[in-house]
Amino acid sequence: MSQITKPKIRVLVAKPGLDGHDRGAKVIARALRDAGFEVIYTGLHQTPEMVITAAIEEDVHVVGLSILSGAHNSLVPEIINGIKKEGLTDALFLLGGIIPQEDIPQLKDLGVHMIFTPGASLNEVVKYIQLNAPERK
Amino acid sequence: MVNKKSQLDRPTENDLIEQKQMEWQKRLQETEKNHPPRPVQFTTLSGMEVPLLSSPADLKKEGFDYLRDLGFPGEYPFTRGVQRNLYRGKLWTMRQFAGFARAQETNQRFKLLLENGQTGLSTAFDMPTLMGLDADSPRGKGEVGKCGVSVSSLEDMEELFEGIPLSQVTTSMTINAPAIVILAMYFAVAEKQNVPREKVRGTLQNDILKEYIAQKEWIYPVLPAVKLVVDTIEYCTKHYPNWNSVSISGYHIREAGATAVQELAFTLADGLAYVDACLERGLLVDDFAPRLSFFFDVHNDFFEEIAKFRAARRIWARIMKERYGAKLEKSWMLRTHAQTAGVSLTAQQPYNNIVRVAIQAMAAILGGTNSLHTNSMDETLALPSHESVMIALRTQQIIAEESGIANVADPFGGSYFMEILTHKVEKEALNYIQKIEDLGGMIKAIESGFPQSEIANSAYQFQQQLESREKTMVGVNKYKLNEPDPEIETLSIDPAVEKQQVQKLAELRKKRPKTTFQQSIRNVKDAAQSGKNLMEPILHSVQSYATLQEICDSLKSVYGEYREIGRF
Repeated sequence: MSQITKPKIRVLVAKPGLDGHDRGAKVIARALRDAGFEVIYTGLHQTPEMVITAAIEEDVHVVGLSILSGAHNSLVPEIINGIKKEGLTDALFLLGGIIPQEDIPQLKDLGVHMIFTPGASLNEVVKYIQLNAPERK
Repeated sequence: MVNKKSQLDRPTENDLIEQKQMEWQKRLQETEKNHPPRPVQFTTLSGMEVPLLSSPADLKKEGFDYLRDLGFPGEYPFTRGVQRNLYRGKLWTMRQFAGFARAQETNQRFKLLLENGQTGLSTAFDMPTLMGLDADSPRGKGEVGKCGVSVSSLEDMEELFEGIPLSQVTTSMTINAPAIVILAMYFAVAEKQNVPREKVRGTLQNDILKEYIAQKEWIYPVLPAVKLVVDTIEYCTKHYPNWNSVSISGYHIREAGATAVQELAFTLADGLAYVDACLERGLLVDDFAPRLSFFFDVHNDFFEEIAKFRAARRIWARIMKERYGAKLEKSWMLRTHAQTAGVSLTAQQPYNNIVRVAIQAMAAILGGTNSLHTNSMDETLALPSHESVMIALRTQQIIAEESGIANVADPFGGSYFMEILTHKVEKEALNYIQKIEDLGGMIKAIESGFPQSEIANSAYQFQQQLESREKTMVGVNKYKLNEPDPEIETLSIDPAVEKQQVQKLAELRKKRPKTTFQQSIRNVKDAAQSGKNLMEPILHSVQSYATLQEICDSLKSVYGEYREIGRF
């Protein structure tokens, strides 16, 4: 333990909304854990409040949202704004799932740093987090 | 065929084949020195090793027995199909899954599909409906009408089937946790249309066990949820003799990452759990088993999929006859719907998906499916557009009426390789079923998380195989384009739909007579507490325009809610 110089990057993998498609979220969660991150998986059917609370309580560096139900335009801003309002302003926000091209610009404007759509590789996600997760003292 | 049979019967000829095969094997090794096999794994998509060549001698080693293992189409053990004349009498039902926005929009899509030669309806409900929530529930915010049609009350159901005579179509409804309520609404619409009960035909998915395993749209804990399934089976057995009260589904299990064998084994094990629960209720196996139906995925591996369908029919027939002592042929028959694998489609180079779907559809038909949905090429991007739905339907029609495939019963029957593969799939599935029985049956296995973690492991392994390029996905990890993918026009749902649904529901809440619906909800709750069959009270309740969520919540107050630990 004492040899660790940098704190482990903590990643929240969340399934907001009613969508039950958790294959991607679980595969990503496992890949991130195998890559050495500390992963917290919320489980299914989370309300935005539940995701916000989990992010704050776990003081995560990265919030990964997985949505395949088409409800991203309503869920994503609520969660990002909530987390920022609670003071976690530097968190890296990632989104994965079925996200139509035309929705991507506005989601990025709302504060999503990166969107991984079908076919993205695990490696890509791991690298992106390694490069972009916030440094915290 | 006659030749092969005599070869199998005469050991001397078999010896000769074996000897010749060994000689050939030696020559093959010589050949492979100069022409080595490509550096890939020669396995099925699910990782089963496949031989380069199979011979009658290999088949004999498997202990293959034509009459015992195949028999004839329409006859036990139904390996070659459940209908005697297969697709010559009746083509499979072309049943495209549809549902989006409000009942009116989906009603229009239904009519369009029927006008274009589709032969059955299949309804997709939105997420709030699937979870037993009304359109105005805060938990469903942003999800109304997105993944399917929003149905909160009988009023929506009436609009959904407006102008469609229910005596003339068969309707499939993909819903599970609140299935009993939605079924009550459908029966109420049929009653309003004065359709005689024996003419109401279709299928309710109503397979709650696979929800805990894979699809994850649940409400109640496992035991009361299974009780609701048995309630619908019991009621339909008595009152709606031609309604398939449950469609035991492997589709979602496969899509969540299971292998072909896991899909088959978990699905059949779910089926056995329902049979046991019905017997426990006191139903007779031959009264309900003929109306059990199945639903499988059909994935990319052509031979493996055909083998899966053939093995499924054989295993089910044998278990129903030998273990449960079912006497009716119909109780032994595994009738199934199939859908091409959504998970195999790629967002990259989306036109390639048309080809994948065609190959998968051919496998389902060669495997003897009774009904089929072909996916649209744009389903990894959004809900399918009108154009892509038409291509998907036309794919089935081309196979049915141009390719000649539908002329012949089980054309792969007797293929040395196919019979060996069918045996292998069957054997491995039976091993899994045994494992589940050792855990105390599927309900116990689910509660211990066994199928869930098996599937998660397979999904992770498959993704790693893609990353390492051990498995290929054209356009994703190989043959990528350096240019952007063509833009495809997709269907997007107007956010106004949610507002309209919420408003409509508010009006309904105002105009319906208060006392009758409130009393009907109390009756549902009382019946739930006393353990009675809930179908009648729920039917009365929907007829008094109690909403989906009002009914589901009253049951929740008795049964509680299911919670899953977020394992990964």
